[in-house]
This record gives sequence, structure tokens and C-alpha cells, in this order.
Amino acid sequence: MTVLAHELKASYAFVERNFFLTRRYWGWEVAFLVYSIAGALSISLIGAEVGDRTLIFSLIIGATFWNYLSVVFSWIAETIAVERWEGTLEYTMMAPVRRSTHLLGSTFYALVYGLVHTASVLVILTLFFGLDLARANLATAGMFMLLGSFSFVGIGMMAAILPLLYVERGAQMTFVLQSVLLLVSGVYYSTSVLPPWMQVLSRLSPATYVLDGVRKGLIDGAAVGSLWGDVWPLVVMGVALIPLGLWAFGRAERYAKRTGKLKRVG
Amino acid sequence: MTTTLIPPPVPTRSPFGPVAAGQSAAAPALGLPVVGTEVPAVPALLVERATKRFVVDRRKPPVVAVEDVSLLLPRGAIHGILGANGSGKSTLIRLVCGLLTLDAGRVEVFGHDIARDEMAVKRLINRVSVDAAFFKKLSPLENLSFAARLYGLDARRGREEAIAILERLGISRKRVGRPIEQMSRGMQQKVAIARALLTSPTLLLLDEPTTGLDPRSKLEVQAFVEELRATHDTSIVLTTHDLAEAERLCGRISILNGGRVVAEATPDRLKQLVAERHGQPPTLEAVFMTYTGRSLDEDVDEEDAHDD
Repeated sequence: MTVLAHELKASYAFVERNFFLTRRYWGWEVAFLVYSIAGALSISLIGAEVGDRTLIFSLIIGATFWNYLSVVFSWIAETIAVERWEGTLEYTMMAPVRRSTHLLGSTFYALVYGLVHTASVLVILTLFFGLDLARANLATAGMFMLLGSFSFVGIGMMAAILPLLYVERGAQMTFVLQSVLLLVSGVYYSTSVLPPWMQVLSRLSPATYVLDGVRKGLIDGAAVGSLWGDVWPLVVMGVALIPLGLWAFGRAERYAKRTGKLKRVG
Repeated sequence: MTTTLIPPPVPTRSPFGPVAAGQSAAAPALGLPVVGTEVPAVPALLVERATKRFVVDRRKPPVVAVEDVSLLLPRGAIHGILGANGSGKSTLIRLVCGLLTLDAGRVEVFGHDIARDEMAVKRLINRVSVDAAFFKKLSPLENLSFAARLYGLDARRGREEAIAILERLGISRKRVGRPIEQMSRGMQQKVAIARALLTSPTLLLLDEPTTGLDPRSKLEVQAFVEELRATHDTSIVLTTHDLAEAERLCGRISILNGGRVVAEATPDRLKQLVAERHGQPPTLEAVFMTYTGRSLDEDVDEEDAHDD
């Protein structure tokens, strides 16, 4: 068996295991979907009150994207947190798989789960508001979600360090990262309303470019080719953030092995 | 007061020198006869002057968990590690697994250095610890399928082997699909053993595998370990608080106290030594009490003090 085949098989192990977990906790999945839809609706109804369909569309996109980011981050953070809770972290760390294989398997499932979950929310909100998607360029929206996902994988790997090093509240600390992205990326408002120093941060957030590209694709029907200004930052960030995430996680793992933090359960 | 039977290791490649086949190289140091021709066999496990300290408070000196521990396990042998709670047994196992990094010394598994060739070591080892750690909502089969894939087993073959091992351990086919949380502690521990065996480890680290099991389950697990030694090419390190278990299964025993090896020999030799040198009854209980430097009364006093 080639090394690549072994690593792919091992990577799929995390995908399959997480699918099994989703299946076992199906009641929670239904509850979470209801929660996500209610949250996205309550935001989008602000647009309905104003009576501006473009605003409704923009808020729906912001709310569903925020939902996507939350789902992906929680899955990736829980890659470590749940294993620590169940006591399996040491067994997974002992297995003969590269950490990149481990993390990519987990993040791949998180992305697929996040896309399915978010698509469900988007469909229900579209039906609720009776929006016409005839002009929407779904390919553009999909491409931006895909491009942004590479960056989110890298950021997610860095977020997974927190539950690795902070046993009790590490998973909750990933909320800090999410909330900063929410603040600076123009999820519910244009980044132009931010103070200048925050606008600098917004330009460093991949979510800013994803949201801009998805909105232009779904609301204006823009093609990917016309949105190069949003594409290239995502490509650069994706290329940089995945290796950076792997490097940072590797450093954190070595620290955890030196200080005995892998042992802690709970 | 503790008694060290092993002199400080000499700074050679191995603290014990060349190894006689089927015998620990520490034997001469213990005054035991060396039998057979010396064979430079690659040991299943070589721990050389391993040291691990933990900083729990930067204002205080680090806590020494394992200090200058050397151990040599020939292929196919079972080596027991005894010691009181907190003596460093589990830390030593974690060092061998690569779950902790060494502060000093080295660990080799079948000639592979854990620090330099971690992935090769990982392919050769597996571990069963006192707590059967699983995704409790998943079934034994789902948990074992995950392990099988991680270790590169074909999915179908892994599934068939998992069922066969579980059945051998007394878990019927109809139970393998139910969540592990519905199983008893003993059953869960058997699944943990099955998980380790599924990956065909050549070095198996059993860290108190029968603690908390009822007598029947304990005997079943012990019988399975014996069968494993007889039928598979598996070398085993066993930590346990069950002295009868250690006597039944282990060819040699190391006794850890305060992170250091204070005695190492065959069970019979340890009993003989404690009778000859300390005037104690020739039992492993007497060996344990003598070389951990404690009496049962001291343990009870200490617990009372903690309670206070």
C-alpha cells in the first residue's frame, strides 16, 4: 500500500467516524437545524420590516454564512474537545497517522457537514421569503464557499489548538475567533461602516471576500471571472493558512507532549 | 527505605550490554546466572535512562515522574511493572507510546528510536489503559472500524477481524452494533483489548488492564493475554496492582518507586531475595511492600492525613 493510500484511508476514518457520530446524535442535529433556522430568520426579518428585498437577501446570506462558519468551527474545535471528553485523544494521537491526515479528515467532514447544513437553512429561508433565485449565479456562490473553505480549514486548525492546550474551556475559546470574524467581515453590514483600523482587519479576514463574492453572485448574478479582486486574496490565504495551521498545531502538540496535557480528560 | 537492586547503568549503547536470548540483560547485575550464547538480538523494547519531569508550579522544582529508568524487554516476553499509585508506571507507558516527550534518555521499539522514528514505533505498538476510552455513543464495531482504518487495515477485513476478536473475548455478534455506553465496565474493557489486538501490535502495553473488572472478567482477560503470548509474536509490558496477575503472567518484574526502578528480577527471584535479605515471607506482597518502602499501615496513615 502506498503512503498516500494509507493516509487517505486514515483520513477517511475521521470522516466516517464523524458521520457515525452525526447519525447517533440525530436528535441533536434536528434541534440544531431548528436553532439555526430560527436564528437566521430572526436576523433576516429585519430586512422584511424595512421592506427591502435586497437587504433581506443580503441578511439571509450573512446569516447563513455565519451559520456555516459556526458549524465548521464547532466541528473542528470538537475534533479535539470531544476526544478529550471521551478520553480517546491519546489513542488517536498514538495512531500511525500524520497530523495533517488527522486534521484534514476532520476538517473535510466539517466542511461537507457545514455545506449541507447551511444549504438546508438557505433553502428554507428562500422559501420562507419567497425569493426569486432566477438571476442568482449559484456557481459563483459555490466557488467562493469552496475557495474560502481552504482558509477556514487553516484557521480551524489553529482554533483546534485551544482545546488541546486549555482543557476545560478551550472549545469555548474558539468563540473568540468566530466573534472577531463576525465583527470585521461584514456579515450583517458593509465593512465601510467600520472604523479605519477595523477595515484593515476586515481585509485580512477571508470571510470578507467570501461574503462579498457570494452576495455578488446570488444578488447580482456576477460570474467568478468578474470577481478577481475577491478571488486572489482567498487563494493566497488558502495557500498560506493551511500550512500555517498545521505548523501551529504541530508546535502545540509538542508542547502538550512535553507538559503532559494530552493525558487530561474532561 | 528502599533497596536498589540494579546498579547505575554504564554509558554504553545499552545499560545492560548484550542480551542473552530470552533473558533480560539485567540478569548478571542481579546475580542471576546467564544462560545460552549471547545474541545481539533487537529487543522488543529498550528504555535507557528515561527521565521525565513535570513543572506544576514555576516557583517550585519540577516533579520527577520517571527518573533514570532502564528496561529491556526481549521479543515475546511479558514484563511486569509494579508500583504504588503515582510511582510513574503510567508515565513510563506514555513515554513508550510517544504521548510524552523524554527529558533525558531514550526509548527504542524493535530498534526504532521513538524520538527519531516515531511513525515506525507507532505502527508496532498499541496500548490498553485502565479506562476504556471510546466514543460511547458508537458501537464496538464502529469504534473498531475507526481504529482499523487508522492502522491501515482494509475496511471489510478489519470488520471481520473485529467481530472475530470480540467473539473470542465473549462479546456476541448481536452486541457489536449497540452503543458501548450500554455495556458493562468489563465488556468495555474487553472491547478496548480487542481494539488493541485488531492492529496486531508487536509490542502491547497493558496499563492496568484488569483494574475494576470482576474476578471472572479478570481471569478471562488474563487467559487471553496468555493465549496471545503463546500464539502471536507479541511482546507485552504489563502494569498492574494485582500481584497474583503479575506472578501468573510476567517473566520479569520491575518495581517502581518514586519514579525509579528499585528492583527487577523474575517473580521467583524477587520472592527469594526478599526472604533472604529482608527476612520477609516469600510472596510478591512482601516484595511490593519491601521495595516500595512502605507498609500497609503507612498507606492507611497517609490516606487519613489526606482526608484530614
